[in-house]
Amino acid sequence: MTQSIIVQVGQCGNQVGCRFWDLALREHAHVNKKGIYDEALSNFFRNVDTRRSDGENNDITGGKIRSLKARAVLIDMEEGVVNEILQGPLRDVFDSTQLVTDVSGSGNNWAVGHRIYGPACQEQVVEKVRRAAEHCDSLQCFFLIHSMGGGTGSGLGSYVLRLLEDEFPEVYRIVTSVYPSAEDDVITSPYNSVLAMRELSERADCVLPVDNQSLVEIVNKIRYMSHQGKPGHVIKKDSTIISGQGGAGGAEKPFDAMNNIVANLLLNLTSSARFDGSLNMDLNEIAMNLVPFPRLHYLVPSLTPLYTLADVNVPPRRLDQMFTDAFSRDHQLIRADPKHSLYLACALVVRGNVQVSDLRRNIERLKPSLPFVSWNQEGWKTSLCSVPPVGHAHSLLALANNTCVKPTFLELKDRFMKLYRKKAHLHHYLHVEGMEQGCFTEAISSLSSLIEEYSQLDATKGTLTPDAPRLTIAT
Amino acid sequence: MSLVTLNLGQCGNQVGQELLNVVSNDAFNAQKNCPGVQGKTYYACALDRFFREEQTGELAARAVLIDMEPKVINHAIATAAKSDMWKYGDGSYFCEKQGSGNNWAKGFCVHGPQHEEAVVELVRREVERCDRLAGILTMMSVAGGTGSGMGTYITQCLRDMYPHSFILNHLTWPYSTGEVIVQNYNSVLTLSHLYQLSDGMLVHENDSVHKICAQLMNIKHISFSDINKIIAHQLGSVLQPADVRGSQSDYSGNPVGDLMSSLACHAEYKLLSLSAIPHMSSSSLAYSSFTWPGLLKHLRQMLIANARMEEGIDWQVCVPPVRQGAERTGEIKQLQFNTSLANLLILRGKDVSCADSGAFLHPGLYSSWLPPEAAFRTWSSLMPFNGYEKSATLISNSQSLLQPLNKMVGKAWNMFASRAYIHQYTKYGISEEDFLDSFTALEQVISSYTCL
Repeated sequence: MTQSIIVQVGQCGNQVGCRFWDLALREHAHVNKKGIYDEALSNFFRNVDTRRSDGENNDITGGKIRSLKARAVLIDMEEGVVNEILQGPLRDVFDSTQLVTDVSGSGNNWAVGHRIYGPACQEQVVEKVRRAAEHCDSLQCFFLIHSMGGGTGSGLGSYVLRLLEDEFPEVYRIVTSVYPSAEDDVITSPYNSVLAMRELSERADCVLPVDNQSLVEIVNKIRYMSHQGKPGHVIKKDSTIISGQGGAGGAEKPFDAMNNIVANLLLNLTSSARFDGSLNMDLNEIAMNLVPFPRLHYLVPSLTPLYTLADVNVPPRRLDQMFTDAFSRDHQLIRADPKHSLYLACALVVRGNVQVSDLRRNIERLKPSLPFVSWNQEGWKTSLCSVPPVGHAHSLLALANNTCVKPTFLELKDRFMKLYRKKAHLHHYLHVEGMEQGCFTEAISSLSSLIEEYSQLDATKGTLTPDAPRLTIAT
Repeated sequence: MSLVTLNLGQCGNQVGQELLNVVSNDAFNAQKNCPGVQGKTYYACALDRFFREEQTGELAARAVLIDMEPKVINHAIATAAKSDMWKYGDGSYFCEKQGSGNNWAKGFCVHGPQHEEAVVELVRREVERCDRLAGILTMMSVAGGTGSGMGTYITQCLRDMYPHSFILNHLTWPYSTGEVIVQNYNSVLTLSHLYQLSDGMLVHENDSVHKICAQLMNIKHISFSDINKIIAHQLGSVLQPADVRGSQSDYSGNPVGDLMSSLACHAEYKLLSLSAIPHMSSSSLAYSSFTWPGLLKHLRQMLIANARMEEGIDWQVCVPPVRQGAERTGEIKQLQFNTSLANLLILRGKDVSCADSGAFLHPGLYSSWLPPEAAFRTWSSLMPFNGYEKSATLISNSQSLLQPLNKMVGKAWNMFASRAYIHQYTKYGISEEDFLDSFTALEQVISSYTCL
């Protein structure tokens, strides 16, 4: 069984991470009725006997659950968020050896996060990550959660990514990045995002971009359905993707609903690695199947269903509806239009009581409306996990490697250039030692070449590329 | 004669388990329903082929389970132990913590050599427990990473270790509409390498078996377990005891050796496909009766028209007139007609001595090098198999797999032309030249089968 470690950086990263741990505990409590520390739990948690005080070596394998500790490293350069977590109901899941904090924050400045805090707390970070890795039998993946628009998450987060690559080159790095929307309140977020993107393009194995605007829309849609739904369409309690009910968390805080969505994304992604199914998919298979070229590893996530109705007499058509929904724009976690761009590859992670024939039928049904690149006409990676998520009978996570991320990146580049042309706010960055204009030009050229790669693939869309001539054998 | 089974990867382990269920059930039923000496010999032979008796009296399978991650193997061992009929030998499994990630290169270049010693040791132990070894049967899929990549490497090791034993590879080909995106690469690499190592490759395609489930067995929601049961039924009907020499109760021949000598007579032609008749859901079975002439007529047309099941056969296709030393041209001529190199017919059930398989001896069915008497063999057994009063299975070395193989190589070549995903393979040691070698080898196989 493999283990994964969550590294949460910055305010956004830690808040999303907090929701993730809450929902993970809820999911395992739902499935694991006997309280035995099994392999599924060991993916994210350690079983520790806290009564013994002889230091580190008190991991217990197998047997009843004593006290669960998360396999996580929490990093933030100001103490507010992390302290809140440590005083909240999840305080027992973390211990002080997993935290890296400082006092003054990064001031929304990528350079401060990357060039100052990065080297300053490098040793601490490496030591804590190494300790967490030593507790793992077989470490497979690091999940980095951060936002791109701020200073710590973006700057320090990308520095940590570099550290993870240097110290643990064999372990996969899957990054969940919250991109700034157009209406972001941080003025320098384009700078921070583009500077961080360069590191992501080079060093991450997969990136799952998410943006706040889409999350807000999903939350609003669910709230609308709950409050104004037609009679007979009452939504089942705690079955929505935004609900944290049943978890350990206390009163719902703002942003909790949106963060729950991202937490559910991570839970569904790892479900097949944790639980049984008829067609398993491990995390290394995601990187293998969805990344045809090393830099094109941005996967658009979409989750269905968003909620389940309380009406038990649900026709079986609902299963097909779930597949159709996964490809509709309302369910994506980032603003993009995949149906009008080119699919390079697509993964379907199905949970619950769904059989391979249902899966095949739906793929056949949806294929004609989805444009795939010419050399990957059947670019589907499928996985069936038999354990459904809490509150639903089945669910589907679709990860699409699609050129529709290109407009998002173009927009980001535009916003960056608007500021950069006027050299607005540039002095805050250039004051930091080690930071020079070259960094900016390199970052923007990395983004431009990424956009160019996507454009080249887009150009083949719609044109009938003839099959490459086959090798001929002399007879 | 005993068979040692190697279950590799998730598919191999799942199908392998169903196979052992089918053969053990069939053996027990034979003993129950035919209490005479015939039943007893069949039962003893069948059990000896796949199982051995442990000191506790329990039946342990002569199988080695291999996977790179523990979920599937744990599930398999637990289910078998619960079933009370047979179980897996203690310690006859090898698993690691992390899978191969659908990466053939990782399975072949990294996991294979790393775990070679341990796996080969497990196989050696099982082989030594056999009185007489009929052969080694490996079960794997060609689309994934462990079954295909590591499976190929292990086959290579076993070939070196047991150069005089027969190695029969059972391969499951994935749905052509994609289960795994890099499945075509993995399949091409597997088939090209196995062609040098294997004695014969028995192929099942998920697409065909799916159709059997949907149209003949009337299953509404087809799961992988249904598909695996059909595969196990077809494979079991080949491997269960049958008489290879003429009388219906002498089970002492070597099934694998005989199979190879009748079918895989040329190094260029090793792909074997299976068709079986009848397939029916157990509820309809009670109301149906079969006759040998009817079954054999359908089976022959299934062979000629390249159909895998008894519904939807194209009866218009007929045998072309016998060619008298005609020249071989390179094109795929009249693809609807399926030319065979060799066929093996296995008949099981009541009144099997009355079955007349003479229609299969028509020279037009075969290529011109072998006389039909040498190209066609029949095995038979009086014991009904797996609940069917009469059943017939045809293993054929023919052009039936040509189309799927061609498509698979075509898709892989297209993807290779854009060099997509290649960096994932070069990372672990499979270079572009290796890919080109594999493509060349398979084009050669396609060309050979086309000119049959």
